[in-house]
Amino acid sequence: MRAEQISVFLENKTGRLCEVTGILAENNVNIRALALADTSDFGVLRLIVDDTEKAKDVLKQAGFTVGKTDVLAVEVPDRPGGLHAILDLLQTSRINVEYMYAFVQQSGNNAVMIFRFDNTDEALKVIQEKGMRVIDGQTLYGM
Amino acid sequence: MIYDIEYETMPREALEAIQFRRLKATIERGYASVPFYRQQFEAAGITPGDVQSLQDLSQLPFTTKQDLRDNYPFGMFAVPMENVVRIHASSGTTGQPTVVGYTARDVDTWAGLMARSLMAGGATRGDMIHNAYGYGLFTGGLGAHYGAEKLGASVIPVSGGNTKRQVVIMKDFGPTILTATPSYALHLAEVAEEMGVSFRDLKFKYGVFGAEPWSESMREEIEAKLGLVAVDIYGLSEVIGPGVAMECYEAKQGLHIFEDHFIPEIINPETGEVLPDGETGELVFTSITKEAFPVIRYRTRDITSLNPQPCICGRTMVRMSKVSGRSDDMLIIRGVNVFPSQIESVLMEMQNVEPHYQLVVDREGSLDTLTVMVEVSEAMFSDEVKSLQNMEKAITKNIKDYLGVSAQVKLVEPKAIARSQGKAVRVIDNRKI
Repeated sequence: MRAEQISVFLENKTGRLCEVTGILAENNVNIRALALADTSDFGVLRLIVDDTEKAKDVLKQAGFTVGKTDVLAVEVPDRPGGLHAILDLLQTSRINVEYMYAFVQQSGNNAVMIFRFDNTDEALKVIQEKGMRVIDGQTLYGM
Repeated sequence: MIYDIEYETMPREALEAIQFRRLKATIERGYASVPFYRQQFEAAGITPGDVQSLQDLSQLPFTTKQDLRDNYPFGMFAVPMENVVRIHASSGTTGQPTVVGYTARDVDTWAGLMARSLMAGGATRGDMIHNAYGYGLFTGGLGAHYGAEKLGASVIPVSGGNTKRQVVIMKDFGPTILTATPSYALHLAEVAEEMGVSFRDLKFKYGVFGAEPWSESMREEIEAKLGLVAVDIYGLSEVIGPGVAMECYEAKQGLHIFEDHFIPEIINPETGEVLPDGETGELVFTSITKEAFPVIRYRTRDITSLNPQPCICGRTMVRMSKVSGRSDDMLIIRGVNVFPSQIESVLMEMQNVEPHYQLVVDREGSLDTLTVMVEVSEAMFSDEVKSLQNMEKAITKNIKDYLGVSAQVKLVEPKAIARSQGKAVRVIDNRKI
């Protein structure tokens, strides 16, 4: 039920992000979701793409430092309090969210949030027990 | 004024006779008491008896910093520990600094040399000396301190750091001589200005600055900002500490080497060949009075030249020009010696960190800054910013712990560090010295 995310180390310099998107475009890799965390010196770009292995290979070949992480894509009811219900549940279960960001596409009437947990297994168990839907990687990449 | 008229103004011929006598004694003692020197001599097929003139010194093998490290900690000591009254150490690679020792007589010799130096720099008995060299394993603080007391001046052992308190002391106590690294002197002036204190209103007359290279333009800046006469002092712990050579305030043209205690040579750093007076090369010292830690032809790696011309101050001792560079890759950052290899070994000892690094040295205002750029390898990379920031903090801390220097660590992309012909450029020094 997990999805794979790649992360790329970027210096805070003009054109670095553009370099990454350029390489992915050239290799016909489609970006499905993206988030950038930055400090004054560097940033970490997180990506969900339609072909994780290929994206990883081409970026590495271009000299980038690339990592791969498991994340969970959770369906969130698209109404007030939808996201809160999930976060409240996680908090009650003492599960820590490292970071999260939104997926571009909707799943039916639901929004999709990408979550990175410190304990992915435990998080998956809790979320599924409460009947919330987690989208598996293959479905997610093709959405 | 001259502290030791007899020796400092001795005719060359008499001086050379003393040098030869002392050199012979040093060589015999080194050979008899330090296994390293005996091995060096035997390997070169030389016995102490072969040294029959001062010129024969050039036949003896060199001693390098690596030799001192190989004999860490006390292997180069020529006396039993019960005769050693003081130990100093210079910064070194992880767990391997250079350790030096002093007998009671060595400490007294050193104090005398520093008294000479302070007086050559304008200090007299009636002066109050604000000693902002660091006290501790570093030889600067205690070296200047003992010299000041020997001279009979009043010394304020303020050491380095706590700059605001230093300004208050300077204002309230009214010291007349400042001893510090030149960059710290400028920093003091900046902090004083921020506090609304003008150095021009203080009582300083002379400043004795050393432990790091500084230029004539920096001298002008210091003299203008601090309102004092700035003179250069030279020394290194391996030879004795500060007080090996000192500029006189009368001429301010080169540093008089106290040749009745140290014999200088200038060599070609590539071939080891001795160069004639006036030519620029690497400075080599042989100590001729030290008991606990004699050095024979120690390669300082400092680049300079010797000037035997008589000086207007009356001293007959040869002058070395201001040190213009190094024949190795050592950097001096805020008075701390830093070798790129030391940073490398700090990085190597950390898990997941690869030793792809570059050091960038800048001078912001008057203080040197060191930035260590480290390439992010896959092993150390994380999708979480905080773990990368923790990595930066850990590297900063380890550099501070091992080398005693504050560095800013910056993670960079792989291959971000310029490589020339496959070899990484390890150091970029943007300081204008």
